[in-house]
Amino acid sequence: MGTGEGKGMDRRGFLKLAGLGALGAAALPAGWSLVKPGEALAALGGTVAGGVVAGRRWAMVVDLRKECPAGCRDCIAACNTTHNVPTFSDEAEPKRHEIKWIWQAHFYSAFTGIEQTHGREDLEKREVTVLCNHCENPPCVRVCPTKATYRRPDGIVMMDFHRCIGCRFCMAGCPYGSRSFNWRDPAAGLPAKMTNPEYPRRMRGVVEKCTFCSERLDAGKQPACVEVCKEKLLIFGDVANPASPVRELLKEHYTIRRKPNLGTDPQVYYIV
Amino acid sequence: MIYDKGKIFLGLAIFLALVASPFWYNPVFGTGKTAPPEVKLPAKEKGDCVLPKAEMRSSHMQVIYDWRETVVRGGGRSVVLPDHREMKMSLSNTCLGCHDNKKEFCDACHGYLAVKPFCWDCHFNPKEQV
Amino acid sequence: MLEKALSGSTRYRAWIGGLLLVILVGITFYIRQFNEGLGITGMSRDVTWGFYIAQFTFLVGVAASAVMLVIPYYLHHYKAFGKITILGEFLAIGAVTMCLLFIIADLGQPMRAMNVILNPTPGSILFWDMIVLNGYLFLNLLIGWTTLTAEKKGIPAPKWIKPFIYLSVPWAVSIHTVTAFLYAGLPGRGFWLTAVLAPRFLTSAFAAGPALLILLAMLVRKLSKFDPGREQIQTLAKIVAYALPLNLFLLGCEIFTVFYSNIPDHKLHFQYLYFGLHGHNALVPWMWASVVLGIVAAVLLVNPGTRHNEKILAWACGMCFTATWIDKGLGMISGGFVPNPLEEITEYWPTLPEALIALGIWAIGALIVTVLYKVAITVREQEAA
Repeated sequence: MGTGEGKGMDRRGFLKLAGLGALGAAALPAGWSLVKPGEALAALGGTVAGGVVAGRRWAMVVDLRKECPAGCRDCIAACNTTHNVPTFSDEAEPKRHEIKWIWQAHFYSAFTGIEQTHGREDLEKREVTVLCNHCENPPCVRVCPTKATYRRPDGIVMMDFHRCIGCRFCMAGCPYGSRSFNWRDPAAGLPAKMTNPEYPRRMRGVVEKCTFCSERLDAGKQPACVEVCKEKLLIFGDVANPASPVRELLKEHYTIRRKPNLGTDPQVYYIV
Repeated sequence: MIYDKGKIFLGLAIFLALVASPFWYNPVFGTGKTAPPEVKLPAKEKGDCVLPKAEMRSSHMQVIYDWRETVVRGGGRSVVLPDHREMKMSLSNTCLGCHDNKKEFCDACHGYLAVKPFCWDCHFNPKEQV
Repeated sequence: MLEKALSGSTRYRAWIGGLLLVILVGITFYIRQFNEGLGITGMSRDVTWGFYIAQFTFLVGVAASAVMLVIPYYLHHYKAFGKITILGEFLAIGAVTMCLLFIIADLGQPMRAMNVILNPTPGSILFWDMIVLNGYLFLNLLIGWTTLTAEKKGIPAPKWIKPFIYLSVPWAVSIHTVTAFLYAGLPGRGFWLTAVLAPRFLTSAFAAGPALLILLAMLVRKLSKFDPGREQIQTLAKIVAYALPLNLFLLGCEIFTVFYSNIPDHKLHFQYLYFGLHGHNALVPWMWASVVLGIVAAVLLVNPGTRHNEKILAWACGMCFTATWIDKGLGMISGGFVPNPLEEITEYWPTLPEALIALGIWAIGALIVTVLYKVAITVREQEAA
């Protein structure tokens, strides 16, 4: 502690003492006892049920042998309704702030790099359904600095909207463009009465994407898009179970996946 | 020897007055009402809450937080309480299912205490926006 | 010593006042962005990083360049740099602070920034970037302040500062390498997925940073009684003269690999930047300006005749700084995101609010550098007196 030329402490010494004192006060346990994770749940004295079932591996098969009926957007509408995905109609450039979890893309946009000059001109106009591939080896999870996006044991790449800091590193990391960011308050794109009051919406500043309807899966239902497709072009199931319909389809038919050479091991398979 | 004694003590007095303003502002300029707000509880038929009233009042934040971490991060969706009731761990559905009037229940205390939890950014029907 | 920044000439006060005004404008627009969301910027679902992250990437390079003064002086005992290492360290402080501010400005939920520390994820490069940037800021603050205080008292710097100074050398290299690794490991972004990205970042850093330092040194000489020295400026110019052509060479290497291999994943981005793609060509004039300015500056710097002429040198440094800024601060981000992973094109250009917020942050950096330089120069002037 510095003592100046006179008696007592000089300015420097006082500042050192005050700083140390503040640090000491901050280190007291009283300041940090606010939330101890798990404590409140334990205090309820109950048992938690309905967790993720071990050993499962959810995957989807998209049947491209049949074309979607002209103008049909049932799967997209079901997804948007079930999860309160906003649609902004007041923008000069509607695509800029668009939020889409599942959508239709051109064949050669979904499967880049396989264009051929001759023989399949029909594919130039073909549209395919694309969504998050819930990769086995997801680059988005690798780069997330807070684990706000993470892989569940059953393979679903999840989003924790509460933890997301909106850095958008995951969006840069995704090789499929599957993720959307809330550039503005989604309330502007939602009706006054939410389409699905049982599922929350998101706030501005967080990233969102398809979650394979994890809340519906945990309740034993199929994803909304799969359930609503009249032509049954979307098939969903547990690919780790040899008896499941998706495994049967994969055995019977040749399938392609989007950008398989990148090592992401996507779990959305397309029957061609 | 204190230089500028007058200015120093005047400045100190103003500083203390500003720092203590949360305590004297309301009685002097406001309504003066310092009683805690009345919250409107849901109808008795809806049943008991997760925990008794006093515990919920002091630690509902921790309960909601633990529920959130458990549900979102894949640990489970419902909790079976010691009295064998099964409750879905959901703010939107379970909590707000019974406490469905946000303005008269949640906001009554939060407004009084100037607490702004960001839960409401996502977890309520905008139709009932305050 | 900070009190030395509180007094100065009318010109000094006017400069500070102007900076504070720009900062105020930036803060006003940031408040709007905080309330309304990042939608007021020009970013979109396809181009998810823009001006803010580009400035951050560029400024990390400028910050790292302080090492170009530290290495000759502390490792090779090049005595001439003794009087200007402080200028490099203080510039680094301003630059790293701007980096951190740009990152915060770019976050969708900045109030949750602590989540990066509360949920450490060593597999994420952003986690390491946070560590190295804050560490570098701390190092430069400690080293700069301690050495300047020792100088003010007329005594040699304390021995315990030496390990920190030696640490700052690999740490400076690390901040830019880690920042390059943010981009260079993303499998879906062919423009960035190149091993040469980190070396390119380093060479452009060691060109842009010393170029800026030269300009600042000339400014200091003009505006104060402290002369950084002709020899020091010439040595710095030699460093830029090596770094800039290397940077252009590495760009050439990239162009060769991309165009000779003809792989669309990588080629499309370069085509967009330098030739335009499907009618979208907003960045083409800028990228060519960057190349031309870079080559002209390189020639002027390598040729001793023009390098020794301080007037021409100033112009060359300005051109070098501008060329590297366009390359990193405009081209690099857009190039990575256009076209998107589905080979669709959404162009990006910053909006006015975005530009004003960025300008406000640049003004904060300029304010920090001004204040710190004022302190350092006043100490030097008083020493000389």
